[in-house]
Amino acid sequence: MSEQHVQSVLHSAPGSGAELLEELGMVLYVGAALIFVVVMGLLLHAVFSRRLRASARAWVIGGGIVFPAVTLFVLLTYSLAVGSAVSALNSGTALQLLLNCFGIDSNARIPPPLPGTLRINVVGKQWWWEVRYRAADGELRNVPLANELRIPVDEPVELMVSSGDVIHSFWVPSLAGKVDMIPGRTNRLVVRTSEPGIYRGQCAEYCGGQHALMALYVVAEPRERFYDWLRNQAQPARAPTDPFLRSGYDAFMQGRCPECHTVRGTPAEGTSGPDLTHIGGRHSLAAGVLKNHIGTMAGWIAGSQDVKPGNLMPDSEIHTGSQLRALAAWLESLE
Amino acid sequence: MTAPAHGLPNSLPRPPGELQQLESVWEPPKGWRILSAVNNTWIGLFYVGAALLFLVLGGILALMMRLQLAVPENDLIDFDLYNQLFTMHGSVMMFLFAVPVVEAIGILLLPAMLGARDLPFPRLSAYAFWAYFVGGLVFFATIFFDVAPDGGWFMYPPLTSFEFSPGLRSDFWLLGIGFIEISAIAGAIEIVVGILRTRPPGMTLDKMPVYVWAMLIVGGMIIFGFPPVILATALLELERAFHWPFFIAEQGGDPVLWQHLFWLFGHPDVYIIFLPAAGLVSMIVPTMAQIPLVGYRWVVLAIVATGFISFALWVHHMFATGMPHLTTSFFSAASMAVAIPAGIQVFAWIATLRRGRVQLATPTWFILGFFGIFVLGGLTGVMLAVAPYDWQVHDTYFVVAHLHYVLIGGMVFPVFAGIYYWAPFVSGRPLSERMGKWACGLMFGGFNLAFFPMHISGLLGMPRRVWTYSDTLGWDIWNLLSTIGAFVLAAGFFIALLDLLLHLRPAGKVNVNPWNAGTLEWLPLDNYGVRSIPRITSREPLWDTPSLREEVDRGQHYLPNTVTGHRETIVTSPIDARPEYLLKLPGPSWLPVLAGVGTAAFFLFLTVKMFVASALGGIVALVSIFKWLWKSEPAPTAKLYHIGEGIELPDHASGSKSHSWWAMVVLMLVDGSIFASLVFAYFYLWTITQGWPPAPFDIPSLSWTVGCALLWSLSSLLFAIAKVLLRKAASRAAICGVIVSAILCVIAAFATNMHTFTTANVQPAEHAYGAVIYALLAWQGLHGVLLALMGSYTIARLIAGLLDDRRRNTFDNTRLMWHYSVAQGVVALAVLQVPRLFS
Repeated sequence: MSEQHVQSVLHSAPGSGAELLEELGMVLYVGAALIFVVVMGLLLHAVFSRRLRASARAWVIGGGIVFPAVTLFVLLTYSLAVGSAVSALNSGTALQLLLNCFGIDSNARIPPPLPGTLRINVVGKQWWWEVRYRAADGELRNVPLANELRIPVDEPVELMVSSGDVIHSFWVPSLAGKVDMIPGRTNRLVVRTSEPGIYRGQCAEYCGGQHALMALYVVAEPRERFYDWLRNQAQPARAPTDPFLRSGYDAFMQGRCPECHTVRGTPAEGTSGPDLTHIGGRHSLAAGVLKNHIGTMAGWIAGSQDVKPGNLMPDSEIHTGSQLRALAAWLESLE
Repeated sequence: MTAPAHGLPNSLPRPPGELQQLESVWEPPKGWRILSAVNNTWIGLFYVGAALLFLVLGGILALMMRLQLAVPENDLIDFDLYNQLFTMHGSVMMFLFAVPVVEAIGILLLPAMLGARDLPFPRLSAYAFWAYFVGGLVFFATIFFDVAPDGGWFMYPPLTSFEFSPGLRSDFWLLGIGFIEISAIAGAIEIVVGILRTRPPGMTLDKMPVYVWAMLIVGGMIIFGFPPVILATALLELERAFHWPFFIAEQGGDPVLWQHLFWLFGHPDVYIIFLPAAGLVSMIVPTMAQIPLVGYRWVVLAIVATGFISFALWVHHMFATGMPHLTTSFFSAASMAVAIPAGIQVFAWIATLRRGRVQLATPTWFILGFFGIFVLGGLTGVMLAVAPYDWQVHDTYFVVAHLHYVLIGGMVFPVFAGIYYWAPFVSGRPLSERMGKWACGLMFGGFNLAFFPMHISGLLGMPRRVWTYSDTLGWDIWNLLSTIGAFVLAAGFFIALLDLLLHLRPAGKVNVNPWNAGTLEWLPLDNYGVRSIPRITSREPLWDTPSLREEVDRGQHYLPNTVTGHRETIVTSPIDARPEYLLKLPGPSWLPVLAGVGTAAFFLFLTVKMFVASALGGIVALVSIFKWLWKSEPAPTAKLYHIGEGIELPDHASGSKSHSWWAMVVLMLVDGSIFASLVFAYFYLWTITQGWPPAPFDIPSLSWTVGCALLWSLSSLLFAIAKVLLRKAASRAAICGVIVSAILCVIAAFATNMHTFTTANVQPAEHAYGAVIYALLAWQGLHGVLLALMGSYTIARLIAGLLDDRRRNTFDNTRLMWHYSVAQGVVALAVLQVPRLFS
């Protein structure tokens, strides 16, 4: 399995927009620290020394107006340059000039994705993420997933984010800044990374009860592997082959599960919960709360209200221990 | 600069009995009856005390949260309680502590700083206090009954609307906070009119202490800043109660509209909290350095500039909502620009400290703590103004750290400096230096230990408002440090408040100037304020005229007595502070207490849908208010009263000279701002909608609109005729007749208004278009009721013989409100016709 990255503004992925933002942050921290030390020095000197001269003009106009005005002007232009560089805008001469001016490598800029390439829709819901892949080439359409995104490395990928209920915010700090998911609107975010790995993100806008337990993973893979994976995801689920898995399948279909979940290729076509067609291949359950394996799957099914109180999935009551094991095993087999 | 000893306004010796009479008129009520006191020295103390109580209560909520977050995957507090805790912590600190405490300090200090016996509307202050105190306590108590709001202190819909927050929790926030904002506005009216009209003779605008300037600007900011959130809370409550979809995207509304309205209030609010504190610093620093403030004019200019710029920053709370780059850049630039007036003040203070020799007492230590924390908070503020950086740290613990650095550093430290600095002003003796230094040290150390690590946990990806976190994320140590720091900080607060409890004993008579300050609040004071109201010739009168304290106390300045036999103070002109008339002030009364409790009961019972109890509360409030108004504007005597230096003043004024006219104008500004916010909402919804009005709805009929506007205008015309009749001393019956017809005309106009709006063929719950136009109608209807009440009250006074051509403040105020309401109604009608220009 690929390397798991820290969810942090200070650990940005190479080639990502977050990398430029981390650099911007460094400039801000150092600048602020210098100004802070100087101002405190002036203050302490003023307090602990005998009477000194201090003309209003030099101090108030020099320190209070000229210095901040000049500093802020430079900062504002620099921030405009960085802002444009990470926003995947069409490059213009003005932007190029601005970037050159602050020594920002034009390869670091996130370019707008080429028309017809990958586009991923992410819909925030209380408290999980619905993900749909779309591509304009007509081959891969409408692949629904949940709580996990995969992206190819070195390729800008356009995310269209919106909400199915309340306001959420899509934030994977190692890849890019956050963007809100607002009912009635669709916001755009372009992400890119040159390093394969698993990046954790978390909902950043308070969205009710379990806001704290709404995380997701973004998995970056080499292009080839990514497209293999996507083709696989577009396939319906395979019919269970051995009797044990078959009994798990039956438990699923006879229980209340299909009311809310879809498993493509089976009669289960509920839509209020995540699509489970390939759930076995995901890294986490319950939106980043549990690592995904057979034990956590069984635990989640049996006690989802203990793990994540208030979520829409009721605790299961109908399954015996063996049914539960079989059900979990069948779901885990859906890779 | 020194005024000659001779040539003072009044001569010695003062007549015998004069002082005793002054004392007896201003005698405060005894024992528990002190609660019926209305003068600002007492209300100010109650107010500060209540605000500090809410600081403690809000702080306890914070400590509970810190305990929960001390270790990862903690199960001490469940998510449901935790969400209530952080919502209540934010709401209590912002609405029940921060804004009230700055107003409270104003109410306490301003009369003395202005050498006034009292501010112009003592009963209004008392009313504002009681409504806030009772309402605030009940609001807080919701946490004990598991019905506290849990939508976060900025209550973003749709999370807080009926679909995702059924039950009463959000209603408590919307109605509870909504009406506490009304109390804040009442306080602002008192402060603004007090500063403009009760300054001592000679205190022209350029001689006002910086703190007074700050409070004047802050009063103005409350007047324009609170209306958007009052409107927003009303709209969201309408959405919750009647499903009017202002914020529901599927029905043409927009959740982002709430964010605009909320932050249009929310950002000025930060400066409403900070500027008074900066004003306190501008008073304490010169005293501690024993040198006048360097760059007085620059500092005043900076305060005014901050007031203006603060209304152009609100969008920086919304950088992540996905807005166009141009918008982001504009608000980014404006947010950075506000650092300049802050810089001016910081450097003016440092320059002042350089020029002087600094006395290192407890207030100084708190001021130094303020500098250390506030400057860092300001610097992180600039970082947040950098939009692309904000995309990373927005809604993380970095922001939690920043906002506590600016609010605790920028406001709480100056307030505690102020408490230690002005305690002798209240009780005649200082608080304990020893306890003060310990408190300051623990607060400073604890604060930084609690909040500095939050910058780091935020950068490590910790979003705000999470009730738990996994141990795999690397946030453990930083959170543990924050929790330890929070308890150290709490210990500091505990010592300071214990010091207050042990050592602050309000004394009637106070004659101290322990820090050798230069401003008027350090004159000898008694229950009546200063013995005589000083003539002012400079900014630091106590420094420039060393004999002033004795002169004032011997009664050698203005009004050393009570000339009308009542409580009274001098009203001066707003710019150059020339004495204009004597204002007779009311004495102790239970009516403001009843009115305040009644208002709180009205809103709180309404929240829990106990309509009968709510109506009773409303009636108690209305009756009390009318009863107290009935006694206001006592009959003017024809006499002129000598206040000194040959100046003779009447005991009454009407028209634009009257303080009540000024208060009415301020109230209309508030009213107009609420209306303007609603018109903003209308146009905002237009911009996000395809086609306006959206099919199949219509623009209200043009002919009905014109007819309706004419009817409204006719009612205004009738009231104008009433004014002419009053001027010409026409018979009471004639004037009453005209006012009655004006009221009937309002009723007819409103009935037509309702019909006009139905021609738009939309129901309020059907689409945001319907919701917003019916909100305009409801707002106009509220004004119709108000006009009917005010008109009837005016008639009642006329019939009772309490109103004539001279004694006509009631009439004038009704007239102002009348014309304003009619103008508003006509504008509302016109606004709905604007789409015709584009169709």
